[in-house]
Amino acid sequence: MHELAVTQSILEIALQHAEQAGAGRITDLHLVIGQLSSMVDDSVQFYWDLISQGTPAEGARLHFRRVPVEMQCRACDHRYTPDGDFMCPACGSDQVQVVAGEEFYLEAIDVAAADD
Amino acid sequence: MTQRIPVVEKILSANDRLAAENRARLDAAGVFSLNLMASPGAGKTSLVEHTVQRLQGKLRLTVVEGDIATSLDADRAAAAGATAIQINTGGDCHLDAVMLQAALAQLDLAQCDLLIVENVGNLICPSSFQLGTHRSVLVASTPEGDDKPYKYPGMYQGVDALVINKIDLLPYVTFDMDAFRRGVEILNPGVITFPLSCRTGEGLDAWIAWIVKAVEQHRRDHA
Repeated sequence: MHELAVTQSILEIALQHAEQAGAGRITDLHLVIGQLSSMVDDSVQFYWDLISQGTPAEGARLHFRRVPVEMQCRACDHRYTPDGDFMCPACGSDQVQVVAGEEFYLEAIDVAAADD
Repeated sequence: MTQRIPVVEKILSANDRLAAENRARLDAAGVFSLNLMASPGAGKTSLVEHTVQRLQGKLRLTVVEGDIATSLDADRAAAAGATAIQINTGGDCHLDAVMLQAALAQLDLAQCDLLIVENVGNLICPSSFQLGTHRSVLVASTPEGDDKPYKYPGMYQGVDALVINKIDLLPYVTFDMDAFRRGVEILNPGVITFPLSCRTGEGLDAWIAWIVKAVEQHRRDHA
């Protein structure tokens, strides 16, 4: 499990952007995580509660937007979520590619003044 | 009053930056490097041993072994004739750029042509953490089954080369090479593959030739 390393990175990125914006504290973090990224939301939340203590992000809420895996068939352009094998369910082709599900980024943070 | 600040930054961007530093350091020293990844038991260390033996006298090899505990793998690589150091991750499931940076600091890179990093046996986490190595190589093996590309797409997608080890066992295990290759081709179109057997030696020549060519190319590019 590497959720601790991931959570530390999230905290660093968020604090850096809050400081640049001159914000006093962070209230919410919006994360976008593709289903192909191996990460457990609860585990990140667990570490978050520990490591955000004493920082301007203490108590901030984590919002996870999960992006399902999507594939697109090069033969017939059909887009679908794969189930078991990756073949196109519409035409049976194996000329397909992953078009969504690999996302792994911090999209935005909500900040407030320190005394808000 | 809260205000939304757009960030849109990759979560592992700090690791990616360190990986770029590692890459620059290796390039400056003229060292070509591989990141070997696989599940436990696929034959990473056996492949390292055979690679070291076959390149003896041709290339100066250094092996960095990543494991949760013990120095068994580094001992094997050293016995085969390489300079070897062990990184014990102390429970972490993967190597990251910080760990490789610390390992590089212990090495005399001027005495090295090829650096092989053997990652922790795991098909999930190592694919997320760039190290700064020049090529990522996945070692699959036939007893694992032909469904692994479908179950671990993240790993199969990100690699530059795929070794298919233990082909001598094909008559004894359930492994449909066509189904396996179909999954690989979907996730990583055109990726170079090396079906081989560390036990019989079959297929190792092509693997060694690929490494030698890549090292020579790297040398020309960074002369």
